[in-house]
Amino acid sequence: MIIEFNLNHEKTTIDVDASARVLDILRDELGMTSVKEGCGEGECGACIILVDGRAMNSCILPAGALHGRSVLTLEGFKHTERYKAIEAGFLKAGSVQCGFCTPGFVLATESLLNQNPRPSDEEIKEGLSGNLCRCTGYNMIIRGVRIAIEEGAGLW
Amino acid sequence: MVKGYRPGTLQEALELLAQETCTVMAGGTDLMVQRARGFSLRPKLDRPLVFIEQLKELKQIYKKDETLHIGPCVTLTDLLGHPHIPEIFKQMIGRMASPPTRNMATLGGNICNASPAGDTLPWFYAMNAKVKLQSSAAERTVPIDAFISGPKKTILGNNEILADIIIPDETFEINMYRKLGQRKGMSLTKASFLGLAMITGSTVTDIRIALGSVAPRIVRSPEIERTLKGKSINDIRSSAGEISQRYQPLITPIDDARSTAKYRKEASLNLIRHFLENMQP
Repeated sequence: MIIEFNLNHEKTTIDVDASARVLDILRDELGMTSVKEGCGEGECGACIILVDGRAMNSCILPAGALHGRSVLTLEGFKHTERYKAIEAGFLKAGSVQCGFCTPGFVLATESLLNQNPRPSDEEIKEGLSGNLCRCTGYNMIIRGVRIAIEEGAGLW
Repeated sequence: MVKGYRPGTLQEALELLAQETCTVMAGGTDLMVQRARGFSLRPKLDRPLVFIEQLKELKQIYKKDETLHIGPCVTLTDLLGHPHIPEIFKQMIGRMASPPTRNMATLGGNICNASPAGDTLPWFYAMNAKVKLQSSAAERTVPIDAFISGPKKTILGNNEILADIIIPDETFEINMYRKLGQRKGMSLTKASFLGLAMITGSTVTDIRIALGSVAPRIVRSPEIERTLKGKSINDIRSSAGEISQRYQPLITPIDDARSTAKYRKEASLNLIRHFLENMQP
């Protein structure tokens, strides 16, 4: 199946098995290795990508569903001011230890702030409830998001 | 290599299904997990896929003639943000999966997956919802409890697509939903309870009780509900324990990885009693 979509703002055409996981297409065919495989069943959020601005689990997204859509991975997002604010917040709060879950958390944060620029702590927890981190215990990540919101005021 | 079709209209999709045995793919959040084969492998899906998530005809939400119509390809996230969707149903959806999964998962997918733990199902049973099934040659409309024929089983034909979900546009004064899971986010249901009621003065004029995850199908008993209609709140409150026991034979849960049959049964009966004891006009 030939699919055409935007990947990190570039028009991409690729012949894929319609049932292939978007996760594998992005990593193996298109070199987007920021997208991680954790649980492989949509629970851990390590594979989160943005599709038309919304966070989705690429490990359970079939390749055929990408046609005509805009996909953003960390490789594309990292050049933005919003990314820099999230990165600064995560650095300051110690939100990263092993780093495996981090790309997913960063994109889930972007998806949350895109819809709700001033979330409460409860709303941050809800917004990040599809991401698992086995290192930090979450408090540092929530603090990192808080700092990103304060220091990145006006970006969302 | 698995073929994929992206029809532009519902009619095109139905014509594809009339010609070839295919798998219909909406959000993929159930199918891709059920067919997963493991780390970095494509799932075990062998038939050609017909993608329907993009079909505009299946993404509408509107009211007509005191009926709410929800297109089956509406995502759970879309429902949470829509003014036509009752608060109680939003509460139920808000407890499902996580935001990224809700951005993909469709309502029609939850219905067609027909899991006894399908978290949207108790609402459709309580509301006497119907579903419209369409093929290239015909259409039929059936009540939700006739559509789901058993655990993970429906009467949907290989040539049919769930094309509309039809719900009487009724609201209730008393709404209670509880989902019991291991944690708040991203958990599958051990047992769930939905109670709806209408009160006039001190008389209960309508009452609906539906339970999920505690039997092969969603539990609802119009017979028991009928005996409660017309009674006063005080009568119902004082006999809440006895009424909840009438549900005992209907609640036939299993032991599984998530919970035990014993816990599920006791918790469900307690939730019924709690609902009946705490009804306030």
